[in-house]
Amino acid sequence: MVANQITKSHFPLAVHFANPEQQVEAGKLGMWLFLATEILLFGGLFVAYAIFHHLHPELFKAAHRFLDVKLGAINTVVLLFSSLTVVLAIHAAQKNKTHLIVLNLVITLVCAGTFLVIKYFEYTHKFHAGLLPGYFFTNATVPSPDQAHVFFGIYFMMTGLHGLHVVIGMIVLLWLLVRALKGQFGEQYYLPLELGGLYWHLVDVIWIFLFPLLYLIR
Amino acid sequence: MVANHLEEEESYLTSKKGIASWLFTLDHKRIGIMYLASIMFFFLVGGLFAILLRVELWTAGDTIVKAKQYNQLFTLHGAIMVFLVIIPGIPASLGNFVLPLQLGAKDVAFPRLNLMSYYIYVIGAIVALSSLLVGAVDTGWTFYTPYSITTDGGVVVMVMAAFILGFSSILTGVNFISTVHKLRAPGMTWFRMPLFIWGIYATAIIQIMATPVLAITLLLLVIERVVKVGIFDPQLGGDPVLFQHFFWFYSHPAVYIMILPGMAVISELITTFSQKRIFGYKPIAYSSIAIAIISFLVWGHHMFVSGQSELVGMIFSALTFLVAIPSGVKMFNWAATMYQGSVSLATPMLWAMGFFLLFAIGGLTGCFLGTLSVDVHLHDTYFVVAHFHYVMVGGTFMAFMGGIFYWWPKITGKMYNEKMGVWSVILVVLGFNLTFFVQFIMGAQGMPRRYYHYLDQFQIYHQISTVGSFLLGFGFLFSIITLLVSLKYGKKAPPNPWHAATFEWTETASPPIEHNFHHQPISTKGPYEYDQIA
Ligand SMILES: [Cu+2]
Repeated sequence: MVANQITKSHFPLAVHFANPEQQVEAGKLGMWLFLATEILLFGGLFVAYAIFHHLHPELFKAAHRFLDVKLGAINTVVLLFSSLTVVLAIHAAQKNKTHLIVLNLVITLVCAGTFLVIKYFEYTHKFHAGLLPGYFFTNATVPSPDQAHVFFGIYFMMTGLHGLHVVIGMIVLLWLLVRALKGQFGEQYYLPLELGGLYWHLVDVIWIFLFPLLYLIR
Repeated sequence: MVANHLEEEESYLTSKKGIASWLFTLDHKRIGIMYLASIMFFFLVGGLFAILLRVELWTAGDTIVKAKQYNQLFTLHGAIMVFLVIIPGIPASLGNFVLPLQLGAKDVAFPRLNLMSYYIYVIGAIVALSSLLVGAVDTGWTFYTPYSITTDGGVVVMVMAAFILGFSSILTGVNFISTVHKLRAPGMTWFRMPLFIWGIYATAIIQIMATPVLAITLLLLVIERVVKVGIFDPQLGGDPVLFQHFFWFYSHPAVYIMILPGMAVISELITTFSQKRIFGYKPIAYSSIAIAIISFLVWGHHMFVSGQSELVGMIFSALTFLVAIPSGVKMFNWAATMYQGSVSLATPMLWAMGFFLLFAIGGLTGCFLGTLSVDVHLHDTYFVVAHFHYVMVGGTFMAFMGGIFYWWPKITGKMYNEKMGVWSVILVVLGFNLTFFVQFIMGAQGMPRRYYHYLDQFQIYHQISTVGSFLLGFGFLFSIITLLVSLKYGKKAPPNPWHAATFEWTETASPPIEHNFHHQPISTKGPYEYDQIA
């Protein structure tokens, strides 16, 4: 444990980098490129959304009323707040306050968990009501039920893929938490926190697009 | 002086021993070799399927297999060759080995990510082959809906394999772009980089911009098949043509993921073996980027007869012709480089000459197919098959082989037998033309692709093509044997056998030490100043 105290703010420079600055810049560039690919991945779904919305505008308007705007709004707030706590964790690292890094990461993780729990309740409600994609759609109260499944297909694919990203984000946060507890982050070295934070912001930003597109049509 | 000093330390091949030192290596050179071996293995597997296809086409109707197996064979051939061989191909193997060396770097930016992308590739390959256990796929490598959501067999498994392989491709792209931006040697400005790096860089841009779209498309296809979500399935209100749009939005740029690295290799070969500074460095560099950009605007030329509007067809047709401009810029600059150079026809240069011939034919027939009215007649015929193979095998694969023969002394420290090398090229070029040139003729006469049966009038063409495919297969086997024989009997390679001017030749031994260079190389001039080599 004493060793950890000593190496606390030590920068683990990899052999193939000339200096810490180069390593930090390369790491950030790599992360931004990866985030670009994530946006393009969701981009395919946004295009599909646009096309089917264009084909069935009335249907989208009618079907979206079956989503719970209140729960969606709460989740939006929860995720926005968690983006703030990730930033606070990085600030804590810059000031060498390990306990604050840990606290902020824990709060972020709790927010992520809350998001998933709320999503779970939303999903189970839809399962019971038969508001499901394509073939499994059984709800008769939706207007034009023979086509409404298209909306729910898109809803489940977009929120499902996003949910998967929340889970991956939680794994990343957990890994950061373990490293923070070992005292590996400090003013000299907090690159992984920054990279993990960038990823978490992406998860947040995508939800900020999903929420109005799915829950607040017109 | 440099050479003697470099002898002292052990090379990357011998510095660490044991199988684990390979499986868990973070050395870009070893990872490059593991990729090369895997890619060559799958090339032989895919090639075996190709030979079986050609044998089946020796006679009309059943020759060795039934119609259904024929469909499975061409699907396997296509999927393996595209996703496991040509897309990773040059970037993952030669790119991994050469890129950091040419930049004067000790490794790629993210060595662990590099190893991870190799294992993702391996997992993808295993998943692809395991589709055979569920039932071989018969959709063709394009997985067109609605057939791919109704046919039996392991479509889901094969599509997931392509999805996983896409991830490997994305991670390689991210790694290379970061490396080029952040790990260039002191003094190496963008316009002092070897053109190989420009080509690999442009490829990496396409890899990260196009592959995610393929990923989501394949994911949607899997979901469509498993839970019938109604995106592509017309019976559930979906749009099957949307799949084609999504698929080609990736797969047309993917064609440039395949050909740009080939062009990148050719730039190195032409200038080194002409011993003359490359003509038009900047146009060649920019044309790689131009091809990368235009490649995203032409996907509709695959869908001229899929019910898209005439106007859209005309626009895509016109945009397609734009690709010919940067490709032509490269061809003419290479030709101008050779003009009045001291050209030596060593094996790598002969591969480059083969590329020149075959890629010219492949590229120009691409213009035929990009012409709206002509394509209506030629689409889905053997003309397309021939065009595609001229570009992908005649272009990319010839360049790949040229690159392997060029960097082989650096990779292994051995020189291969030059005579055998020359014969490999001759066999491949002859076999290739015999196989595919007749396919232009029968395609123009109306022989449709993907049919195991044909009219009697086409038999002579099919038989010539089959004979050619045996010669071609033998040629490739002979090239691989030439290389493998050199491992045991080859002479020791000097650090710079070709009198090349880039860092991997001038600044380190053959094979290089584990961390590439004893001293950080510093760039003080362009990459092709042959009269200034010490
Ligand atoms: Cu195309």
